[in-house]
Amino acid sequence: MSARTAAAPARVARPVSWRRPVNTALRYALLGVILIFAVFPFVWTLAIALTDKTAGSSIYAFPQSLLPSRVTLHNFVDVYRTFSLGKYLWNSVVITGLTVLGTLLVSALAAYPLARFRFPGRGVIFGLIVLTLVLPGETTFIVNTLTLKNLGLLGTHAGVVLPTIAGAFGIFLMRQAFLAIPAALLEAARLDGASELTILTRIMLPLTRPSLAALGIFTTVTTWNAYFWPMLVLSGAPDKAPLAVAVLKLKGQFNYDPFNIAAGSIIMMLPVLLVFLAAQRLFLRGMEGAVK
Amino acid sequence: MQVHWRQSLMSYTFLAPALILLAVFTFYPLLYGAYLGFTEYSGARFANHLPPQWVGLKNFETVLGDPLFRTALANSVKYLLVVPALQLASLAVAVLVAKNIPGIALFRAAYYVPVITSVSLAAVMWEWVFNREGTLNWLLRALHLTTPEAAFGWLNSEQWAFWAVMLVTFWRGFGYYMVLYLAGLQAIPEELEEAAILDGASAWQRFWRVTVPLMRPTILLCTLLSTIAALRVLEEVLVLTNGGPLNSTYTALMYVYAKAFQGFDFDYGVASAAGLVVALVALLLSALNFRFFHREEQA
Repeated sequence: MSARTAAAPARVARPVSWRRPVNTALRYALLGVILIFAVFPFVWTLAIALTDKTAGSSIYAFPQSLLPSRVTLHNFVDVYRTFSLGKYLWNSVVITGLTVLGTLLVSALAAYPLARFRFPGRGVIFGLIVLTLVLPGETTFIVNTLTLKNLGLLGTHAGVVLPTIAGAFGIFLMRQAFLAIPAALLEAARLDGASELTILTRIMLPLTRPSLAALGIFTTVTTWNAYFWPMLVLSGAPDKAPLAVAVLKLKGQFNYDPFNIAAGSIIMMLPVLLVFLAAQRLFLRGMEGAVK
Repeated sequence: MQVHWRQSLMSYTFLAPALILLAVFTFYPLLYGAYLGFTEYSGARFANHLPPQWVGLKNFETVLGDPLFRTALANSVKYLLVVPALQLASLAVAVLVAKNIPGIALFRAAYYVPVITSVSLAAVMWEWVFNREGTLNWLLRALHLTTPEAAFGWLNSEQWAFWAVMLVTFWRGFGYYMVLYLAGLQAIPEELEEAAILDGASAWQRFWRVTVPLMRPTILLCTLLSTIAALRVLEEVLVLTNGGPLNSTYTALMYVYAKAFQGFDFDYGVASAAGLVVALVALLLSALNFRFFHREEQA
């Protein structure tokens, strides 16, 4: 280092030169500490899930429990069999799939006229949808539960899904996407005699595929992880519960087995993590990334 | 003219599914829920198909006179302490990851993973951390801050459970706000930062004198979001402590939920009234937020 500073005596930044590597090291150290805070629970859970429990080790024996000496996949098989994890996994898939399909369909249908047509009441409807963003929702879950009961949907997957699919986020996201499509394209299609439904399905939807994908991905993650609402709707039908609700039941079982719980948790986390890794940029740019 | 008529019909046909769902599951519960707050309406009445009965302000007297609700509301207001911590930390982390240094994408992604973690998984994992034998106590022992005899389960402690739950909220939130702040930071012209460096401003001064003032709109938005979320905290509590020990983590929405769906008879009237009180407090806090940031802007 001294050789380099001697070689460039005229550099203004010379007094700072020793600071830079220190600063960089400090920066990475800080990043590392936050990294541990953010991911430690996952690392530990993964370690527990992979631990061979027949070796009789405790999950609390630090630091050995973070680096299991005997690794096995048996816990995954065990939790799948003893807890009928497949059933809950399937429930999660059904609820998430229906919610995503419903959200895409309802949002795209609603967004199209809001983006492209002039009709009486348009301003009012627009205002009402904006309003849902700021209205207090503290008592919504009470009345919605009663409504579902009256409709005979309490304790069903449809009951979990229906109240969540129409929302301002999806409608505005799709409206923004439709607005970006040149009007000339639509005029041309209309002159060719295409119906509005054809225009929507043949032109608008294919051209807004990135936004549809974004909405689908956000909805997938939110729905897969949702706890309170499915718990409430399905409290009388535990067999229909998704993983996010059921995984807490593992905890309360009489034969409490942390290795199985950890394995179940990893199974539940995996799909979301894969979706996230595949669509990282979408999440890390926030809403902006979804609109563009 | 005929084209217009057809276009309107078409528009409403397309809008119908969304409008019906919003009407039934968003607007109706809002209005009907507000009405229920002024009525007597129990699980038994509902089951027997009897309509709610108007009782005026009686439910509000019940709610405000209930020591449990006052504890719950006080806890929810105390939970707002997470807001400044969360916002300052998220902004600082955003500044830290804003610079493109090797490997930074990995850190950004990793910090976001808690955001996409279900609250129930967070509960499973953090319970092990907070356990009497868990990581937190192990860490404190390693730092010679505590002894094995003095160890306790953090979620079972009347004094500490509240803060433990809050830490989980913090953990699940900081990556989310980091992303929002990161977007804001990228909109700040680089020249400003460079000018401050040339003027000899330290990183600390640059943060408080350049970054924070320029980020005010984003800070307002994030503070608003996180204030409302903190006041409405329910899920973390349900999965981690269920309000205990000794109601030390019992929050206002927990009260609403418990009145409506737990206990001997469900009391939708009182639950709705409690919900309205929480909504009113949320509204007040939002207004305060706006005033606070608006005033600072003029100063």
